[in-house]
Amino acid sequence: MKKKKWYDYLWIVSATYLLLGFFNILFAWIGLLCFFIPLLIAIFGGDKLYCNRFCGRGQLFDLLGNKLHLSRQKDIPRFLRSKWFRYGFLIFFFIMFFQMLFNTYLVFSGASSLREVVKLIWTFKLPWHWANQYSSGVAPWVQQFAFGFYSVMLTSTVLGLVTMGLFKPRSWCVYCPMGTMTQLICKGKHRKVHGNCK
Amino acid sequence: MGGRKKRFASVLDRECVACGSCVKVCPINAISVYKGLFAVVNTEKCVGCGKCSKTCPASIITIKEAAE
Repeated sequence: MKKKKWYDYLWIVSATYLLLGFFNILFAWIGLLCFFIPLLIAIFGGDKLYCNRFCGRGQLFDLLGNKLHLSRQKDIPRFLRSKWFRYGFLIFFFIMFFQMLFNTYLVFSGASSLREVVKLIWTFKLPWHWANQYSSGVAPWVQQFAFGFYSVMLTSTVLGLVTMGLFKPRSWCVYCPMGTMTQLICKGKHRKVHGNCK
Repeated sequence: MGGRKKRFASVLDRECVACGSCVKVCPINAISVYKGLFAVVNTEKCVGCGKCSKTCPASIITIKEAAE
């Protein structure tokens, strides 16, 4: 049995993050770390150390799927691991992300008012006003971004949980947009190596 | 001697997502992720236990027998 390191417990951070969003939506901003840290590691370190070591979400799926046996442990369908699906999902994710940023801008500019909802799977609007009781004095666009960003995080967690149950625990890692993006950065940085392997 | 053939894990590197799940479960540290591109097995060290193959979310690791 391998000795556990401090970073093997980052699943606690991920779980806490998701829970905090139920009580105070402004905590959603912390999730930006899950975007910037992997990108910075890939750009400057040239590897996927974030996925390999620090991703609390991956650890959470691993724990639920393997330790708690909540996964069927079946092979993921071929199309879900195909390049077009992975890149397609990345593009789709980007479009939805920019739409969320645009909604934040609309609130910032005063063109639209704050919507206290969490949008699950880009479709279902869940009322979430009860997690926004402590935001008096906070600019509406800051609150709107928190709702939008938490929607992204919750949606990806739900998708990850579904594929964890249906297939292998860390199935989310196969089509995770951050994983695909950081791998693309690594491919760009190490083009020679990748070229040789093609 | 007609002992068992050596077995080792083999990664389909073009389809590897480099998530590192295999690295975490390998009991003898015989697998690593190469420059964020794909997992690489040290075939000298690997004993072909199959843990990485079982955990791989993309199911692209197979256990092979040495040709010899």
